[in-house]
Amino acid sequence: MKRLVTLLAVLMMVLGALTGCGPKAAETIKIGVNLELTGEVSVYGVPERLAFQLAVKEINAKGGINGKQVELVIYDNAYDTAKAVENATKLATVDKVVAMLGSATSAPTLAIGPVAKQYEVLAFTPSGSNEKVTMDGTAVNPWVFRACFIDPFQGVVLANFASNDLQAKKAVVMGSSSSDYAKDLAKIFGDKFAANGGQVLGVEYYTDTDTDFSAQLTKIKGLGEFDVLFVADYAARAGLIIGQARAMGIDVAIIGPDGFESPDLNSLAGGAANVNNVYFSTHFSTLSTDAKVQNFITAYKAETGENPSALSALAYDAAYMLFAAIESAGTDPVKVRDALKATKNFAGVTGTISFDNFNNPVKSAVIVKLENGVQVQATIVNP
Amino acid sequence: MKNLFSKKNLIWLGVLLVFFFAVQVMIDTRIITPYYRQVLYWVGIFVILGVSLNIIIGITGQLSLGHAGFMSIGAYSAAIVMRDMPDMTGLLLGMLVGIAISILISLIVAIPTLRLKGDYLAIATLGVGEIIRIVILNLEITNGASGISNIKNLISWPLLFVFVVAAVVLSANFKNSAIGRACISIKEDEIASEAMGIHTTKYKVIAFIFGAVLASLAGSLYATTYYVVKPETFGIATSINILIIVVFGGMGSLTGSVIATGFIGVVNMLLQSYAEVRLIAYALILIIVMIFRPQGLLGSKEFGLDRILGYKPPLGKKPRKEKSA
Repeated sequence: MKRLVTLLAVLMMVLGALTGCGPKAAETIKIGVNLELTGEVSVYGVPERLAFQLAVKEINAKGGINGKQVELVIYDNAYDTAKAVENATKLATVDKVVAMLGSATSAPTLAIGPVAKQYEVLAFTPSGSNEKVTMDGTAVNPWVFRACFIDPFQGVVLANFASNDLQAKKAVVMGSSSSDYAKDLAKIFGDKFAANGGQVLGVEYYTDTDTDFSAQLTKIKGLGEFDVLFVADYAARAGLIIGQARAMGIDVAIIGPDGFESPDLNSLAGGAANVNNVYFSTHFSTLSTDAKVQNFITAYKAETGENPSALSALAYDAAYMLFAAIESAGTDPVKVRDALKATKNFAGVTGTISFDNFNNPVKSAVIVKLENGVQVQATIVNP
Repeated sequence: MKNLFSKKNLIWLGVLLVFFFAVQVMIDTRIITPYYRQVLYWVGIFVILGVSLNIIIGITGQLSLGHAGFMSIGAYSAAIVMRDMPDMTGLLLGMLVGIAISILISLIVAIPTLRLKGDYLAIATLGVGEIIRIVILNLEITNGASGISNIKNLISWPLLFVFVVAAVVLSANFKNSAIGRACISIKEDEIASEAMGIHTTKYKVIAFIFGAVLASLAGSLYATTYYVVKPETFGIATSINILIIVVFGGMGSLTGSVIATGFIGVVNMLLQSYAEVRLIAYALILIIVMIFRPQGLLGSKEFGLDRILGYKPPLGKKPRKEKSA
């Protein structure tokens, strides 16, 4: 027992010493980061942290904001709402940050919202797409902002794209019954496509754990001729569906939401050769010729060795929108919130961004076409 | 009545009151910052969970891995009731609803599964936890995968304190009651206790329901503390976390669970800033402690006044020699 106590005491002291050091506070602008850096969705949180760090590095190299260097205080919430609340409380009350960035997914952000409101420090999620994230009951939560468009918007954009750009008349919808993301998108796409004068021949549901979709695809094949197959799901299932559909001779255009975007899509589809005539909506495409986008891609690649994903692009935009707000309003959290809210036509890498009444960005979507598993064409679609 | 106001109980009452007001004063004077308060809430909620699982695992010796499932019943009941009644009445009503559902479900689950032993029981309860989670994931009223958000935050130190103390005192009384002694005998030797005329299944079911009810209560507190409930929160990982508390504090020691939760809460708090090494360090600390104290922090002993006041332990509570884990 004595040994144990000694050991723990040493451990505590080491930890205490570690927390003790670090840059002095008063000289820097502190921005909190509350992300999923471990756990099941760390794949979303980690690229966003890299983008935040890149943005901070860039702005500090240029002399910081109004002459002050920016410092990130980064906490991991592990996709746990309890940890997200604890982190947000600590950022707002102990670290006294100017604003908080994160989280990457909706659930932790929903838990951060009330804390942001209570302590009056804004929370800015790059990619929390659940409609309720910026809401407080039925009204808007004035302290939560997001940089991504929301799911209903995506469904509408994709339906318009199918009707107008692809000239599709008949569609079939597939989606997972396990996630609201899929269910909502399937419904909104179907409604909008029908409203555009198209016809939805059938809707097939499966669950997240399914890997064999031959039953659904055989049924779809029996529905008769159609122009487009809409798959409302993430790449984990969408990739398999693309591969199995192509193997069964379904060669119509397959379109889907931003969940398609994944380095694994081609391998899941059984090889890049299967990923033809596939479209998905996203926030950002590396194909853009905009100098701002190309600079971001170069810088991100130099920093991390990877191409930026939509998530890192959104995080990068969120960071710079926040910097702009701090630049004009100073470091008072309330004034920063007002300045961010007043953002008009901010030129970011994911488009030109303003906020609507519900703190959602008003921006365009990008529809990317994949041929042989490679992004070959990016179309900007306005709602 | 004489027992209720015994010297021991009065001392405990005094200690609790002093502790309660000391913390309250520290909160009011901001020595306990809002952040520490959040940590305190976490510890409080997990004390209830740890103690309730200890009743099932430590006292009765039945390995249950579905505890988070019962927690989710309480959490969702409170969240759903509070959607229409976002006040204290709603919370209490939600707790009652959660308790009622937990009793029903644990009864349905317990009667067939508690006839199983050891590994089989662990797997069965694991399955039950998953079934509860999947049902919640697919129900309309629980809002499926995205869960329920915007739950009114009603947690406060007095509220937490009342429920934690109630849960621990109830559990301690359970342990020291005739039922509790029957449960302990089942843990020690099921065949022998059956030979002594103890209806083993009955007592196992009682202990299981008791644990489930307290877990549901903790779940309700969780819902009102963290604004959001989602199905993933109540998966196997949470059940294992509660199990860690029980094993860490010592199986069969309620005070051990309380101390272990406090310890883990503090460790988590100190590690918060080190995202990359947090999980490694956390696991390392657990491993080190388990190497030095394989029977847990307190073993099966209780940290109580009996020893301090020099009371003889009552019959059946003779401290055992602890040789193996």
